[in-house]
Amino acid sequence: MLNLTLKVWRQKTSQDTGSMETYDAKNIPEEASFLEMLDIVNTRIIMSGGEPIHFDHDCREGICGSCSLTINGVPHSKEKGITTCQIHMRKFKEGDTIWIEPFRARAFPVVRDLIVDRSAMDRIIAAGGYIDVRTGSAVDANSIPISKMDADSAFDAAACIGCGACIAACKNSSAMLFTAAKVSHLGHLPQGQPERDKRVLSMVRQMDAEGFGNCTNQYECEAACPKEISVDHIARMNRDFTSALIKEQLIS
Amino acid sequence: MSFVLDSKIPAGPLDQKWSKHKMDSKLINPANKRKFTILVVGSGLAGGAAAATLSELGYKVKCFCYQDSPRRAHSIAAQGGINAAKNYQNDGDSVRRLFYDTIKGGDFRSREANVHRLAEVSVNIIDQCVAQGVPFAREYGGLLDNRSFGGAQVSRTFYARGQTGQQLLIGCYQALEKEIHKGGVEMHPRTELLDLVLVDGHAKGIIVRDLVTGKVSSHAGDAVIMATGGYGNVFFLSTNAMGCNVTAAWRAARRGALFANPCYTQIHPTCIPVSGDYQSKLTLMSESLRNDGRIWVPKSKETAEKLRKKQITADQVADDDRDYFLERKYPSFGNLSPRDISSRAAKEVCDEGRGIAPTGLGVYLDFRDATKRLGESTIRSRYGNLFQMYDKIAGEDPYKQPMMIYPAVHYTMGGLWVDYNLMSNIPGLHVLGEANFSDHGANRLGASALMQGLADGYFVIPTTIANYLATQKPGSASVNDSAFKQAEEETNSRVNQLLGINGKRTVDSFHRELGLLMWDNCGMARNKEGLEENLKRIPEIREEFWQNVRIPGAGNLANMELEKAGRVADFIEFAEVMCHDALSREESCGGHFRTEHQYTEADPEVQSGFIASGEAKRHDDTFGYVAAWQYNGNDQAPTLHKEPLIFEDVHPSVRSYK
Ligand SMILES: Cc1cc2nc3c(=O)[nH]c(=O)nc-3n(C[C@H](O)[C@H](O)[C@H](O)COP(=O)(O)OP(=O)(O)OC[C@H]3O[C@@H](n4cnc5c(N)ncnc54)[C@H](O)[C@@H]3O)c2cc1C
Ligand code: SF4
Ligand code: FES
Repeated sequence: MLNLTLKVWRQKTSQDTGSMETYDAKNIPEEASFLEMLDIVNTRIIMSGGEPIHFDHDCREGICGSCSLTINGVPHSKEKGITTCQIHMRKFKEGDTIWIEPFRARAFPVVRDLIVDRSAMDRIIAAGGYIDVRTGSAVDANSIPISKMDADSAFDAAACIGCGACIAACKNSSAMLFTAAKVSHLGHLPQGQPERDKRVLSMVRQMDAEGFGNCTNQYECEAACPKEISVDHIARMNRDFTSALIKEQLIS
Repeated sequence: MSFVLDSKIPAGPLDQKWSKHKMDSKLINPANKRKFTILVVGSGLAGGAAAATLSELGYKVKCFCYQDSPRRAHSIAAQGGINAAKNYQNDGDSVRRLFYDTIKGGDFRSREANVHRLAEVSVNIIDQCVAQGVPFAREYGGLLDNRSFGGAQVSRTFYARGQTGQQLLIGCYQALEKEIHKGGVEMHPRTELLDLVLVDGHAKGIIVRDLVTGKVSSHAGDAVIMATGGYGNVFFLSTNAMGCNVTAAWRAARRGALFANPCYTQIHPTCIPVSGDYQSKLTLMSESLRNDGRIWVPKSKETAEKLRKKQITADQVADDDRDYFLERKYPSFGNLSPRDISSRAAKEVCDEGRGIAPTGLGVYLDFRDATKRLGESTIRSRYGNLFQMYDKIAGEDPYKQPMMIYPAVHYTMGGLWVDYNLMSNIPGLHVLGEANFSDHGANRLGASALMQGLADGYFVIPTTIANYLATQKPGSASVNDSAFKQAEEETNSRVNQLLGINGKRTVDSFHRELGLLMWDNCGMARNKEGLEENLKRIPEIREEFWQNVRIPGAGNLANMELEKAGRVADFIEFAEVMCHDALSREESCGGHFRTEHQYTEADPEVQSGFIASGEAKRHDDTFGYVAAWQYNGNDQAPTLHKEPLIFEDVHPSVRSYK
């Protein structure tokens, strides 16, 4: 059993100003997950007449991308390659103080406490992060052979869970890693070629319109990414963007 | 109310029914489509696929989900794969074989026509997903790879590492975002359905609560599609995401939709065992592990005791002292026996006191022999990410010690009753994916839920919904109708009632209590006594809930306790119907195992060695039907309506895996 102190960001609505509050987290089983620790603390808060700490979560197994806590200053904690919900309390020591804040970024307004609004990321995808194929119009799946290498590279990029940790970790709140992962996923596949230029132009422009910052090559994004998406995708996207831009200017 | 459960199965030979039905289905002309508004609740594989496709066709679509983005629906968590009768491996697969396996796997409790259609469209799904850019696993030659999964004897499962559901859902989500961008779909994330609105007996709208502002509002449409997933969380602990709920389906049931086969639930054999009472959910370890792992417990209780107390470790138990119980009981399928059978066998050995986890509820899944045979690097390349995941959660290195696993609630075959058009008995209300009851009978085969969700969403509903819409005048319902006002008021007053109780127990404590009761008496094994006990206890829990639950805070902002409370209140009511169903079904079939109905040494089938004693015993003559339940209020038992299952093409046989 662990006895911990929590410093937690509390903010009732997006309009309110928030503040850090202190909570005792006594008798926490080491086998519990980080979010189960918060469940235990919340039960105690409720039973003593308070309102529980709000946070986003759903699958609790590292795949849905809902959970989004900044733990001791690092999105999803300093543990490599995991989401908030995959952290177990055995990683902490008796007497630790843990700082828990939302994913912070200009484009992520706080909804309540640790919950933020990440809908800007959906709008980046809507701007062009897809292959436009009507249901029912596809050819036989094996008529498009794809080399295993390309398929694997596409997969590595497609592993992104859209959590936004890369953005929260970046001092410029840049959405480059997230956007580049999608551009790479589809750009590695033959099916993705027809819309390749249009895709990268629209997605990058949407990213800028949403108020995400520029990339200044700090690589904090890669370090925070629970799926260890590589910053190489950013370089690839920059190349795609430049070439698409030139083509666009030539045509117009 | 009296019901004629007309399944609307088209006439004609089984393999021509769907083509014929497509030809006979109504068409809506392109100019008219945009006058129809369709409300799609759910953005998982079923709902997302339906919303995107209906919008492509030209309908106006509004889509709702409770997560902050449609990309996070629970479909994302599926690991193993998706079946399709492509026969790319040339190993003898066909539409016919996939159909037969699914019917048999469902223990002959599903409709032939629906299952055949599912097998037919399975091939189109893979084409569609590949065209969208879903990165399925490939062979070196560039063609799609397959594996055999969940006890199938052919390799028909397509997969994307251990993240098939994620990749399929991302494909579907991208198609949905594309339609959102084009203006065909209006998306409402962080929005929960709290009621269904009927106008003149037709489903014409929904009442929702905005989970950020707390505002309750109405949406009117020409038809409603519910694709809201399964109800496994009635057990509190399950492999489902925390938010999975029965609320949407149950609200529809309260408005008159029949709930079919609620007692058919699937328990998955390979999950990480429960470790303590703070536990919030269970984690599935992919079934693919059973391809190389061997499942065992010690032969003696004494050895098990020592293992539990950590006085010895698993590798110290000699081969002679191990009971590889699946290999022993089911020599031809062994560790790959179907889910229901494997789960029950694990429960049995633990009930005998031979379980090995600290709680006594766990069995080993051991890779020692496979590692010896194939080398650690092969095992690492096959299961590396799963081993790592196990290590993260259990804190033990499976390369050194065998994994510990135990069955957990995973999937619910039951759901709202629908006809061949996927329409419920309420005209206009269509139900897709895990939320309906249609295709898996009493037990679902691995890799078939993803297939069904996408079949329903991409290929079935876009055709069949026209049969309903063609009978309707578009835009006939309006949120100003009295039915909407009244339903909104009812929802608001329910919310206020919950907030006003201010009792002494948390929502979770009620949920946990209900879940435990359901697991003990309506879980892996059921009997009359336990079910009757539940039917006595559940109303007591309900009473106490409405007097003693504590929901802090207000209704006009994000309030997670309020959200949970609404869901738990619905689970409590629904649990009663589940127990009624389990009690009335006096047979065992698939995931429904009544201890009173099993093969014993006295049966000729056991004596002849065809089946093992202790296997599920069906009674086709008396129970060969779909049980569709009508809710009559909390003070009255629900009414059972039967849809007889007619087998024209296959002959129901005893499901032996010996
Ligand atoms: C851990 C795990 C692994 C699995 N692995 C496999 C596998 O390998 N192969 C396979 O075939 N199947 C697998 N399954 C089963 C399969 O994933 C599901 O059955 C399937 O994805 C369900 O899809 P769906 O679209 O019906 O529902 P879901 O994906 O659950 O979507 C439900 C949608 O409804 C919304 N919703 C729910 N309630 C409300 C409400 N009240 N108001 C508003 N919106 C609501 C949600 O927000 C969500 O968008 C697995 C399941 C689990 C739990
Ligand atoms: S790139 Fe990584 S950190 Fe960024 S959204 Fe995707 S998974 Fe999250
Ligand atoms: S809750 Fe789904 S990734 Fe953490």
